[in-house]
Formats: sequence, structure tokens, C-alpha cells
Amino acid sequence: MWAKGNFTMEPPQPSQMQTTAAETRGSPSAEFFAGARDTFPLVVGAAPFGIIFGTLAGTAGLSFWAAMGMSVFVFAGASQFIAAGMVAIGTAWPIIVITTLIVNLRHLLYGASMVPYYKTLPRFWKIVLSFGLTDETFAVAIRRYRKKDNSDHKHFYNLGSMVFMYSNWNLCTLVGLTMGKTFPGIATLGLDFAMPATFIGMVIPYLTKSPMWASVITAGSVALMTNSLPHKIGLMIAALSGVATGIIVELMCERNCSR
Amino acid sequence: MNEVYLVAGMAGVTFFIRYIMHPASGRVEFPKLLERMLAYVPPAVLSAIILPAIIYPSGKAQMVSMENPYLIGGIGAFAVGWWTKNLLATIVAGMGIFLAWQWFLG
Repeated sequence: MWAKGNFTMEPPQPSQMQTTAAETRGSPSAEFFAGARDTFPLVVGAAPFGIIFGTLAGTAGLSFWAAMGMSVFVFAGASQFIAAGMVAIGTAWPIIVITTLIVNLRHLLYGASMVPYYKTLPRFWKIVLSFGLTDETFAVAIRRYRKKDNSDHKHFYNLGSMVFMYSNWNLCTLVGLTMGKTFPGIATLGLDFAMPATFIGMVIPYLTKSPMWASVITAGSVALMTNSLPHKIGLMIAALSGVATGIIVELMCERNCSR
Repeated sequence: MNEVYLVAGMAGVTFFIRYIMHPASGRVEFPKLLERMLAYVPPAVLSAIILPAIIYPSGKAQMVSMENPYLIGGIGAFAVGWWTKNLLATIVAGMGIFLAWQWFLG
């Protein structure tokens, strides 16, 4: 759910994840619990951000049900943060929906990667597993699917990972929302800065190569130059400029950059 | 704010993106270039939000000055994040610097 700096087709290789209990057995329930167990470190990582999302959503001006509804029905952390941030600055909802579409476009890659593994599943399973295809569950589940054993129940492993992430995310959102309500003064404490701080932390892992630097600097500068445009359309212009700059520099680098 | 439209719209587009490859599989070829472009989307969107948020904290007036705790907190968060490469440390330290600066300014 969190941007981790790894959105290539190859899943990240989290070193802390070792063997899966399901490798030897393979019954649906063994797969399910193995999936949940292997997702545990990522659940721990996501928990504070669920809580921060809950507290921020209140200060951003979202109602309790809108914030909870996002976690229940959208289930995509980064875009939920961005949506809350855009609500706070008074963005029109269609712009937020379009931004969500763009921010979550990377999930197309996840969906594409899962096609061979979901192909034989009934449509209901495809729908459920696709709904829960967050960054974390994708990273964990794809490793299981690619293992060479012939378990027929790998989709239960995927489901176990998804259910654990989903319950944790919603519980943490609820905790955050409740904290925000119990301590209304929390809004004046400067929690509104938690969002830029979180985003800064999310951008840093990407900053490894010059195309990414060029992309981020362009997006930031264009956003400043277009700040006065209505409905925050400057944000879209800035993001697209950043993406274009990134890919152009990357293509140029393929030929010219000495590394 | 039309919150129902907002949540329904966000849920709709997110599910659409996650699901669409399955019914469409076999019919579309995923362009390699698009794949590579998508990698730039999250950081570009995030920085397009961060910069205005810390340089125009009120939404209108530009504040590139030491009087702006958002800017100081942002620079501090970046420094800590760059140093530690730890998301949680970045947020906690960024908040700490922001709050301390705000308090210091009175």
C-alpha cells in the first residue's frame, strides 16, 4: 500500500521473509495462515500509517464515514493520503478521483503480473483478490505463486495475506479516527504537517538515480508555478510533467550517461 | 464536499485498475514504455503535493523564510529521511522539528 520505491514487474525481495509453511502442506487453511504469517512484517509497517490516516482525515475535513469508507472500499493507502490532503485544500471531488486513478495506475502492473495465476480461478475469486491487490499483498503473494511446488491452493495464501492487511488497515483507520475525535485539540497541534512529512519519507526511497531526481524536481517546481490555478489542476500538470521528464531523462541516459 | 461521490469514485477507479487486466488479458499487449513511465508516477505526484504544501502553507501566500515552520520542518524531515532511510523516523523527526520551530516562533 505504501510506496516502497519498487514498482517494477519483479516483486521486491524482502529479506526478512523466509520459508512458507505452505510449501510442504498446501491445504487451503495452511495456505491461508501461511499467507497471513508472511505478511506480518508488512502489517507492522502499515499500522502507523493507518492510524495517521485516521487522525489526518479528520483534520483534513473528511467525515468519519468518508474516511472509514475509503479504507473499507478503496483500500489503497497512498491514494487515501493524497485524497485527504486534496480535501484539506478544497479540491473538487472529480479531480481527486482522477488523481486517484493516476496514483494507482501502477496497480495495472500488479494485475498484469497476476493474470497467469488468476486465469483458472472463478470470477468471484478474481474480483476479491484484485480488490485486495495492495503493494504489500502483491509483493508477498507473487513469491508464493512463482514457487515451483504444485499446490492447488496458492490463492488461499494470497487471500490470507489480503485479509490480514485489510483488517489491520481498517482497524488502524478506526483507531486514528477515534483518537482524532477524543482529542479534538490534536488538529491545532500541527498534525497537518504529518502529511507532508509522511510524503517526504515516501519519496526518499525513490531518489536513487538521476531520472528520478529530474522527475521529482520538475514535478515540485511545476507544482509551485501552477499553484494559483483553480481546482488544483496544477497538481495534474505538475505530476505529468514530472513523469514525462523522468522517462525522457531515462531514455537519454540509456545512450549517453556514463555510470 | 460530495463525500459519497468521492469515496465511490475512488473505490471504482482503484478496483477498475486492479481488476481490468483479467478480463482484458489476451487481448492487450502492455506497452513496455508505459510500464517504465508508471514507475515515476508516485514520487512525481507526491512531490507535486509536498512542495506547495510547505511553501504555500496558507494556500495563497508564498513563504520562503525562516518564519515558515512547514518549510523548516520539511527540510528537517528530508535531512533525517535521507540520513536514516527510515520512514517512521522521518515522520517523527519531521513533526518534532516542525512543532519545535512553531513553538520557538511563538
